[in-house]
Amino acid sequence: MTEQLVITGVSKRFGGIVANESISLSVPQGSITGMIGPNGSGKTTLFNSIVGHHPVDGGSITFEGREITRLRVPQIARLGMIRTFQQTRIFGKMTCMQNMAISDADHGYGLAALLKPISGETRDRSEALLDFCGLHSKRHLLAGDLSFGQQKLLEFAMALMIRPRMLLLDEPTAGINPTLINGLIERLIRVNQDLGITLFVIEHNMRVIMNLAENIHCLAYGKLLASGTPDDIRNDERVIDAYLGGH
Amino acid sequence: MNGRGQIILGIVIVAAALAAPLVFPAFRAQIAMLWIMVLFALTWDILGGQTGYNTFGNIIFFGTGMYAAAVFQRDGGFDYFPGLFIGMGLGAVISVVLAAVLGSMILRMRGHYFAIATLGLGIAAGEIASGWNFIGAGSGMSPPLFPGAPGVSYIFFGYLFFGLALITFLILAWVYRTRFGLALNAIRDNEDKAEAMGLKTDTYKIAAWMLAALFLGLCGGAAGNMLGFIDPRDTAFAGATFGVWMVLMAILGGKGTLWGPVLGAFVFHVTQEILWTHLLGWQRVALGLIIVGIVVFFPQGILGWARTRWPERFGHRVETP
Amino acid sequence: MLDNLQLFVDAPFLLIQVLLDGILFGAIFAIAAYGMALVWGVMNVINIVQGEFVMLGGFITFQLTLWGIHPLFGIPVAAAVLFVIGIGLYYGVIRRVVDKDMFISLLATFGLSILLQQLMNQIWGGDVRTAQSGLGTWFLFDYTVTIGQIKVVACAGALILGLILILFLKKSRLGQAIRATAQNPRAARVLGINTDKVFAATYGINAALCGAAGALVVMAYSVHPYIGLPYTVRSFMIVIVAGLGNLPGVILAGLGLGAAENFAAFILGAQFQVAFVFCLLVVILVVRNTLLRHKRKYLK
Ligand SMILES: Nc1ncnc2c1ncn2[C@@H]1O[C@H](COP(=O)(O)OP(=O)(O)OP(=O)(O)O)[C@@H](O)[C@H]1O
Ligand SMILES: [Mg+2]
Repeated sequence: MTEQLVITGVSKRFGGIVANESISLSVPQGSITGMIGPNGSGKTTLFNSIVGHHPVDGGSITFEGREITRLRVPQIARLGMIRTFQQTRIFGKMTCMQNMAISDADHGYGLAALLKPISGETRDRSEALLDFCGLHSKRHLLAGDLSFGQQKLLEFAMALMIRPRMLLLDEPTAGINPTLINGLIERLIRVNQDLGITLFVIEHNMRVIMNLAENIHCLAYGKLLASGTPDDIRNDERVIDAYLGGH
Repeated sequence: MNGRGQIILGIVIVAAALAAPLVFPAFRAQIAMLWIMVLFALTWDILGGQTGYNTFGNIIFFGTGMYAAAVFQRDGGFDYFPGLFIGMGLGAVISVVLAAVLGSMILRMRGHYFAIATLGLGIAAGEIASGWNFIGAGSGMSPPLFPGAPGVSYIFFGYLFFGLALITFLILAWVYRTRFGLALNAIRDNEDKAEAMGLKTDTYKIAAWMLAALFLGLCGGAAGNMLGFIDPRDTAFAGATFGVWMVLMAILGGKGTLWGPVLGAFVFHVTQEILWTHLLGWQRVALGLIIVGIVVFFPQGILGWARTRWPERFGHRVETP
Repeated sequence: MLDNLQLFVDAPFLLIQVLLDGILFGAIFAIAAYGMALVWGVMNVINIVQGEFVMLGGFITFQLTLWGIHPLFGIPVAAAVLFVIGIGLYYGVIRRVVDKDMFISLLATFGLSILLQQLMNQIWGGDVRTAQSGLGTWFLFDYTVTIGQIKVVACAGALILGLILILFLKKSRLGQAIRATAQNPRAARVLGINTDKVFAATYGINAALCGAAGALVVMAYSVHPYIGLPYTVRSFMIVIVAGLGNLPGVILAGLGLGAAENFAAFILGAQFQVAFVFCLLVVILVVRNTLLRHKRKYLK
């Protein structure tokens, strides 16, 4: 399997806090890769570094063989790597359908392309994806009026609308009703298998990540603690310590 | 309001607008002024309402258009009408270029820093104009006299501004239906998210400002001619009157909507025409009170209020299969 | 323009004169700026009506001189009157916009600014006003440099006001509550601090500070109903350059701005002084933004 995303020795400090310290890991093409770690261990910070939200203090990041360490958020997004936010972000004063329509990247991001009316094909795809995420009946509501869990699903549907090659999901199940979590896991697997999108998922819910991911990276105190299959991670002393002892 | 309702309303307004100067000859000047107000509110709302970038500085483009046309008419050596139209075009071009240059400098700022920068630009423009001898400095400029009979000038400019307002409205109605319009709304709702999706937010913001500058530049060029006199601080770069009215009218009608600015301009202009002359000496006190009143008690505006009151009318419904 | 530059070479003492005038002027900017920083930091409101408060303080002092009272008494009187006005405006207007989007409060205080301008114009007319303090002038370097003594008094007065404010914020209970609220309003509320009262007091204190500054302005310089906004903008620039809650920085930035402005007015001509202030504002904002962008740190 080829490595789609390769992170080598990435560090990030905020003033005195070392949020990431020389982290090296990679995400294979077509895989579902998980990332776990206690609160404040630097998971979201690593995502922010990958997508160019802030400059890193050291190390390098490549995506599909291309150096992206110094690129900025929109440029990296246009390469096909899309992230969702831990604190869900949608466009609250626009309807769900409009949220979907603006996510459609099929015609590019140039002004001329944007000035075309919204096509029937965009609309069809929006409806299909909203249906896939269980939001079809809500499609004409303002996104800001949706419940928190529904907004999370909408953000996921918007990410799919872009047709990314890799999705970075920051805690996709946080705030979702436990009875709906199984459905979400199923959807994530379908997205990965049917659409061939690589998933890199931060998750606190151990049941979810163990069922979902093929390999998992565990962070603690900003360092990469362990990497391996779910079974490796489950039985790793250091991981158990980080979660159960230590604190 | 559905599509057909809007079209019927549109036809009624167009018919009324065409008839108005002939039916109410005594109010020709006010009617012409009304269309300028509509233009002000519509163009302000492109960035202020739809994109969430509140500006105090759009008046720069109005003033620039005004001076550019007047200078061209003075030095160009053309007859009145060719001079006027070429001058208006020149003013529009300069305004658009100015919007691109200034926009690429200050539209990268977020939120209120942008608002304050535009406030600074608007006042600086007025101050520079009143010190610059080439354009008459503090004593202003007088564009050439309208060649027709005195009353005809208001008919001509009334229809000119109406045509301009109508074109602006139609273009915006179209723009807001495209993904460009959605991109502006996305920037307003969450710019970080818009960037994270790959949108070229800076480009869109600058383009939106250039669009506003285009119509304001054209409007300013003609307005200078209609008013007959250009004062740097009181007509061209009149930040404390026109500049604030733009913001107020858009907010009053409901910012971020297509019809809101039009409605706001009507309500504001009519109220103002009725009250203003009675308030001599106290007009700015009244304006200050109006600003505070609207901002404190009615920030969502007429259409914003209607939208929360009757969401289904605006299409926000749950579909029951 | 170049002629004016040449003058500096021909008469080097002119340089000192312009610099000195600027610095003395700048101390007053610093005091208004410190008030603005206080309101901004504590309430998250950018107070556009700041400059009108200064002008109002000046007019009140001018009114006292009409009644035959020495303008130095204007400092406490203007401060007291503006404190009351500030509290009134807080409960009437500011309180309702304090937790809203910043543009709302920006616009609301802008409305107040327009209102106060014409109100002052109605009461005191549209003339430039000054209040005679009766102090003389010092001559230095063989009469090439002149200093109005009142300007020195005003500068010293501004610095003393700043000192009083700092002591107040450090030592008094109210001052400590204000500082706690500035750091974290929610935590302050949990600790039992009535943030509404703190906001009212903060806004009142800022207005009082501006009033006192206005008394200094009308003695050493002049006031006019419609020239408040440049004071607001100067305050804003100083706060941006120095940062919130950094008094030495505010004073330095104030003195620097005063000097820069005076040089610009001398070189470009006095008719461009206001234009210079507002252009400088834009330049400072652009530079600040470029630096932040470079670090990719967006302030919301
Ligand atoms: N912009 C920032 N400025 C300063 N410190 C920050 C910033 N972002 C994160 N941090 C700090 O970096 C550390 C790692 O934070 P991060 O958000 O990456 O943790 P996390 O693993 O995502 O935690 P959680 O599971 O709670 O989401 C924390 O101590 C946090 O306080
Ligand atoms: Mg996190």
